[in-house]
Amino acid sequence: MLYIKCPYCGLRAQKEFSYGGDATVKRPNINEEVSTEDWDNFVYMRKSPRGKHVELWQHIAGCRQWIKVQRDTATHEIFQTAKVTEEIR
Amino acid sequence: MSQPFRLNKEGLINRNKKISFTFNGKKLFGYEGDTIASALIANGIHLVGRSFKYHRPRGFFGAGVEEPNAKLQVEFNGHSEPNVNATEMELVEGLSATSQNCWPSVNFDIGAINNFLKMFFPAGFYYKTFMWPKSFWYKIYEPFIRKAAGLGVASIEKDKERYEHKFEYCDLLVTGSGPSGLSSAYAAAKNGAKVILAEDKPRFGGTLLTDDVSIDNLSGKDWAEKIISELKSMPNVTVKNRSQVFGYYDHNMLVMFERVSDHLEKKSKFTPRQRLWYIRAKETILSTGSIERPIVFGNNDTPGIFLSAAAKEYMKVYGVLVGKKPLIFTNNDSAYETALEFKKNNVEPIILDTREEHSSELIDEAKSKGIDIRFSHGVIVANGYKKVKSAKIGKLNKDKNSFEKIETVECDCICVSGFWTPSVHLASQSGNKLKYEEKIDAFIPDKKKQHETSVGAANGSFTLEESLKNGFENGSNLSAKITDTKTEIAIPNVNEKKYGAHDKFWCMPLPKNENPKRFVDFQNDVSVSDIEIALREGYRSIEHVKRYTTLGMATDQGRTSNLNGLQLVSNIENKIVPEVGHTTFRPPFTPITIGTIVGREVGMEYLPTRKTPMHEWHEKNNAVFVDAGAWKRPRYYKEGNETLFEASKREAKNVRENVGICDVTTLGKIDIKGPDAAEFLNRVYTNAWMKLPIGKARYGLMLREDGIVMDDGTTTRISENHYHMTTTTAQAANVLSHLEYYLQIVWPELNVNVVSTTEQWAGAAIAGPKSRDMLSKLYPDLDVSNEALPFMGYKEAEFFGVPSRIFRISFSGELAYEINVKSDHGMFMWEKMMEVGKEFGNQPYGTEALSTLRIEMGHVAGPELDGRTIPSDVSLNGLVSKKKDFIGKNSLGREAFNVESRQKIVGLIPIDRKSSIPEGSHIVQDQNAKLPNPKLGHVSSSCWSVENNNPFSLAIMKDGKNMIGKKFFAVSPLKNKSIEVEVISSHYVDPEGKRVRS
Repeated sequence: MLYIKCPYCGLRAQKEFSYGGDATVKRPNINEEVSTEDWDNFVYMRKSPRGKHVELWQHIAGCRQWIKVQRDTATHEIFQTAKVTEEIR
Repeated sequence: MSQPFRLNKEGLINRNKKISFTFNGKKLFGYEGDTIASALIANGIHLVGRSFKYHRPRGFFGAGVEEPNAKLQVEFNGHSEPNVNATEMELVEGLSATSQNCWPSVNFDIGAINNFLKMFFPAGFYYKTFMWPKSFWYKIYEPFIRKAAGLGVASIEKDKERYEHKFEYCDLLVTGSGPSGLSSAYAAAKNGAKVILAEDKPRFGGTLLTDDVSIDNLSGKDWAEKIISELKSMPNVTVKNRSQVFGYYDHNMLVMFERVSDHLEKKSKFTPRQRLWYIRAKETILSTGSIERPIVFGNNDTPGIFLSAAAKEYMKVYGVLVGKKPLIFTNNDSAYETALEFKKNNVEPIILDTREEHSSELIDEAKSKGIDIRFSHGVIVANGYKKVKSAKIGKLNKDKNSFEKIETVECDCICVSGFWTPSVHLASQSGNKLKYEEKIDAFIPDKKKQHETSVGAANGSFTLEESLKNGFENGSNLSAKITDTKTEIAIPNVNEKKYGAHDKFWCMPLPKNENPKRFVDFQNDVSVSDIEIALREGYRSIEHVKRYTTLGMATDQGRTSNLNGLQLVSNIENKIVPEVGHTTFRPPFTPITIGTIVGREVGMEYLPTRKTPMHEWHEKNNAVFVDAGAWKRPRYYKEGNETLFEASKREAKNVRENVGICDVTTLGKIDIKGPDAAEFLNRVYTNAWMKLPIGKARYGLMLREDGIVMDDGTTTRISENHYHMTTTTAQAANVLSHLEYYLQIVWPELNVNVVSTTEQWAGAAIAGPKSRDMLSKLYPDLDVSNEALPFMGYKEAEFFGVPSRIFRISFSGELAYEINVKSDHGMFMWEKMMEVGKEFGNQPYGTEALSTLRIEMGHVAGPELDGRTIPSDVSLNGLVSKKKDFIGKNSLGREAFNVESRQKIVGLIPIDRKSSIPEGSHIVQDQNAKLPNPKLGHVSSSCWSVENNNPFSLAIMKDGKNMIGKKFFAVSPLKNKSIEVEVISSHYVDPEGKRVRS
């Protein structure tokens, strides 16, 4: 079971979180024209990298904040966590 | 009553307490502190089971977790458990053990005929044989294999025991209380670290209990006791025996299995049987020790053949002799200690040492005691069927591939030692890639992936001095990093015997024309010839050899067989062992009970139960409940002998004719506040929200980004910047997360907050033509006229003195209201409604009637919003704004969503107006068409229309809008029904929606 450091609450067990997918995906702006290709990429196309990956998790059984987690998808090592408004380098 | 193999004095058992038990129906006794194995051996019983494949007689081989054979069906404390390791299970009064995998008895087992047919049971036998003819599989092969395979019998009784889970955090977890574990724990504890020390066995000390050593002039056992009692007195230390750390998971999460009370004759009601510990450790010391490996020889599975260290443990811990005429067969010095222990107990052993004559401290001691030592010797084949009677031994030539002399010696047990294998299971589970250590012919941990450190024998250090030094150092250094304290500890003086080098010898050759079975894996009956066949047939990867032969795949995880298997493969393949590699170690290290995994999450505690504030009233009034997620909702209120069908019809009819009330507390409720709330709703919902006036509700539809309908519900504007959203019961949690996602990540610039208020409000719907009359009685001071409180209107008013919210919304399609009060007032509200509603014929209605009402109105719910439908599929495209952008809008333009023949919701009625249409039925043109019959749609919801008094269903049909008036068949192969139906509009009752506005 992963041990995830919520930037608001500290280290908590994975049980308290739910997974939210790739954090690098950016939704096209609302009320702006978007090409079919960009939209399809946003809705459907996801990379499945082996290694470092920045993902979204939500601390559902805690502060309910969505957070960013940089995790190695092969070893599960977590390098860094951050608020969604912060950048992960 | 005498125990012929019990020594008079030796051992750590309590001779003052006799314990009686039965084995295969025979009454026996042992002492407190015995295992089933030690008590049986004391009674001279060695034949305890039959082997898996050939049903060969099997006895004990080890004295702990390494045991591959002695798995028994054990009944105690009122439960029956299969595959219990006799060498681990402690004796308790009244315990009853029976042999497994034998019929009719362990002494006479019909399956043993397999042993004589063994040429027909080679590796891969099942794969090769049961492939043809195909038709034989179900009726002949499968039942036969089922009967023949497997070991014990699982109980079908309900497990009455209590199991617990515990979550723990510590600085240092130490797994194993041998010398290196004790010293690690001690050093860390002295540094002030929070330490958990786990020992699998009932007694602490590991090899200190059996090795002839001294530490600071104390015997190993006394030193261990001293350290343990000191550790127990320290508040920062938890010391646990009977506790096996069996799994190493991500981020230093380890799982431990504690046998809390299996050894107790009596226990209090709330003492759990077993406990599962989830331990998050900052650092882990793996002091799991090592397991002796056997040397492979002919008939090496005969009862009476033991690992040499196990024989010593039986003497020193249990005061039991495994035999009185022992042969010691070894390639190293450690077995000499077993020989010396026999000698001390006046038993004369013969030592067969595969090494050439040489000298070492132990060899010299054995010689001086007059023990018969035969160098360059080994056991070729054991004689005896149910027990060893003699052994054919041979003097090996210089190359150790043939014999200079062969003779037969009498013996009643053979104690074998092929050197030591570090227990690297936990290290490997943690992600540590192991490395092969030539010096000890075994794998040891290499680079670590997690915070684990292997010490002592688990790391390949086999001397006491090294183990202690290793333990103190690592325990101290690892904990000092955490506590910032370093207490100097003097490393104690150690007195131990020096071992000479071992012989890299692991399998006896066979003389010409002799071909006895030589087992590598006892538990799965894998012999040398099986592995040879696998290699001959082209299996090369060790993982494939493992699966083809089942080597190391039994519950003992190949603890005594893996390395010998690897040696064999590397010899035949002419590779070195590290090139062959090893198979994967997986948790659990030893079998654990399902009960422990489940813990307290059984029955009522499987899921939390959510009850509405009115639950007790429903219970008292004969409600039959249905689960809606974790919620309990009344499905119907039973009157007399009513069936579900009759009751729901009565309740629904009463709503259509008079008035009914329904508990709608379970609907998701989300409070939305902030100056940008309207803009947010406008983006979340498909319809327009910017102009909703204060005091008005609106029905809204929410999509996912892929255009599929996510949820529907009403949202009411309570005040300028305050909205109250409702969701379906099922989607409440998802919708909240969805809103939070957009507010926190996508549009953080919107100043809006959302919070769930589902638990804060109790809700009741009042529905039916008389609901306004009833409402006016509930709110005598309020103008509830159609003008003052129109459809989709909202008012706040006192309900008999308590604050309440009134929403004029309707799910049933009737004139209806929903009243919300604070949860604490829910019961008060409900009872008042029942009282006031009497004169209007008010009756409560459950979810079944609620469904009926919404289905015949054509209102969609979960079965239609099933994650596959877009707004137009369910005739809600009127709610999709063309003017503004919203979540999922861009996807609605997809080609597939806009084809002419796109699916659409329709209504169905049976031609005979009688047959109800099963939900899930497929709609087909021709019920007799050749399969696969093209499917035109499916029935999503069905009811008995109380308005028209005949069955009615909703269905999602391909090209639905052009199907009205046509006839099809609704077929349900599951219910074996085929019903001719006519397609009509999905709005069966009041299609103009006049009633809700009346």
